Amino acid sequence: MFYREAGDFKTSYSEDNQTFPIKFDRWRYYFVLVVAFAVVPFLINDYWVNAVFLPFLIYSIAAIGLNILVGYCGQVSLGTGGFMAVGAYACYKLMTSFPDVNIFFHVLVSGGITALVCVAFGLPSLRIKGFYLAVATLAAQFFLVWLFNKVAWFYNYSASGQINAPERTVFGVPVTGAQTEPWAAYMFCLVFLVISAVIARNLTRGMQGRKWMAIRDMDIAAEIIGVNPLKAKLSAFAVSGFFVGISGALFFAVYLGAVEVGEVFGISKSFIVLFMVIIGGLGSIFGSFAGAAFLVLLPVLLKNVLVGTLGWPTDIAAHLEFMVIGALIVTFLIAEPHGLAQLWRVAKEKLRLWPFPH
Amino acid sequence: MPEQVIFGMEVFLNGLMAGVLYALVALGFVLIYKASGIFNYAQGVMALFAALTLVGIMEGQVPFSHLINAALGTDLHHFGWHVPAFLAILLTMVVMVALSWVVNTIIFRHLVNQDAIILFMATIGLAYFLEGFGDIMWGSEIKKLDVGLPQGINGLIDETTFKIFDYGFFIDNLDIVATIVAALLVGALVAFAQYSKQGRAMRAVADDHQAALSVGISLNFIWVMVWSLAGFVALVAGIMWGTKSGVQFSLSLIALKALPVLMLGGFTSIPGAIVGGLIIGVGEKLFEFIMSSQAIAGELFGFTLSATENWFAYVLALIFLVFRPQGLFGEKIIERV
Repeated sequence: MFYREAGDFKTSYSEDNQTFPIKFDRWRYYFVLVVAFAVVPFLINDYWVNAVFLPFLIYSIAAIGLNILVGYCGQVSLGTGGFMAVGAYACYKLMTSFPDVNIFFHVLVSGGITALVCVAFGLPSLRIKGFYLAVATLAAQFFLVWLFNKVAWFYNYSASGQINAPERTVFGVPVTGAQTEPWAAYMFCLVFLVISAVIARNLTRGMQGRKWMAIRDMDIAAEIIGVNPLKAKLSAFAVSGFFVGISGALFFAVYLGAVEVGEVFGISKSFIVLFMVIIGGLGSIFGSFAGAAFLVLLPVLLKNVLVGTLGWPTDIAAHLEFMVIGALIVTFLIAEPHGLAQLWRVAKEKLRLWPFPH
Repeated sequence: MPEQVIFGMEVFLNGLMAGVLYALVALGFVLIYKASGIFNYAQGVMALFAALTLVGIMEGQVPFSHLINAALGTDLHHFGWHVPAFLAILLTMVVMVALSWVVNTIIFRHLVNQDAIILFMATIGLAYFLEGFGDIMWGSEIKKLDVGLPQGINGLIDETTFKIFDYGFFIDNLDIVATIVAALLVGALVAFAQYSKQGRAMRAVADDHQAALSVGISLNFIWVMVWSLAGFVALVAGIMWGTKSGVQFSLSLIALKALPVLMLGGFTSIPGAIVGGLIIGVGEKLFEFIMSSQAIAGELFGFTLSATENWFAYVLALIFLVFRPQGLFGEKIIERV
């Protein structure tokens, strides 16, 4: 009833092209922003931040990054874990080498460094396509993890081989290290997520996004109509690497605080982020959020129900979690290959007509 | 002869043996990919699942005992009997065929005509599911698998090489058995594909689904058959790797070892899987040997590297693909608009 274009007159091109053309949607978007920035920080505690909010925010950034590469540009990558590790280690090196610079810029620069690495590993995509490329990106995954394990310079020659985030502040409030308040960590990640989402959304609906999608749909045809495949593919790798790098840096510095690269950024991380993108919906920014929320909440929920309520041993719960995730992925692919985002789209179409279907 | 060269020869031989084992896993991939265009990431987990089932049947474990105990408060563990290895292998094969049927009926029949990438994702989902399922069914602790294969150093090779080089090569009996089995398996598969009626039907399906359908080949039957064949290959690989290093989660990671083999050899070629496996096996063992040895890499480059086996295969395959995108024996990729 409220979800209508009717009566909402657009009088300029910019209004006509806005992201949320329907008034209700626009207000909902502002409402979510206000809740996220002004309400949630006052309500959350340590458990909620560490179990739900931080993983959700950080994985959302990673999923947006991967979605640009896989969903918009069609280049399947299984190297996300490795690229997140680049972000994390770049952030660590920057934090320890330039302690006076604000961590906000460290995170941004680590995103930039990851973008460069990502482009380097994206170069073969000009020759290799499809599965061959997917497997080739595994080279990045294994090589990068090995590199960070073996070259002591990356972890500042620490005896344990781990990297630990020192305490850094933004406006005098610590956001990394042991003294961090839950709300500070939350706000710090939220700012990055909102910036990433806005940039990604506007890139993908502009000229660049159209080029990516042309390459995804058929790269030879795209080349013939004048899309430069070199630029399009490498820019997708760069943008994707930038977001993935930011998420890796936040994952290390804000969320975990201490990282052992093989454990945290192993191949399972690559798969998890890829699942988020697929369950959420390929080629949709909203889908990245939905997928991340789904895969972050599901294990928490399962664990609470199985271990908390039913009192089963944790190892069985962990195995059941594997089964449920696997089964859900398969079910999703069969029932709705375009993911949660498609369900959302369908729901919106229905809402437009509701309650009079004609 | 300088001792480095002799060590190198030993490493080369061991690399060949390891390569055969990689090829064994890669074979399963190629079979399914050729017949149904599905890139089956779950192949490694299928090997793990087969090995788990085999151990479980041999030891007479009660399936799902952990789950039953947790839900009902009982204390079940074993039936108390031991099944001979041969019978257990047969029973496991039955389980694998049943699994193939279920997978095909429940999942892949509904995904016909989807993008290859969607199918690939479905197999990753299947891999997750099977992993959890296998662990819940049989328990996740490391198990010993012994079906009576010979193990330990091969005395004959040790003595012969000792006479020639004054240094006995260490070659595991199990690796030799694995090589022979893999060679037989490949021979049998090629013969099956070339000469049997079902094999020819399989190749027809691989060539063109619709044309195959129109001459009366049952797609369903062929797909179940191919998945069963892949299950059989997985079982053999599971037995070999399980005997070598115990049945445990890391067994499923051999799929990751098989991927670069496939890239190198081409996804569609059985000989490619073998040759790729050998190149990767020898390449990574020799590279590791050269780069980690102070006497060679230390002298030449001034530094040594260790644990390169994790990524070397991938980087080798990647470099190779840049020059030949379809792999060694893969079908030439023709692109049309």
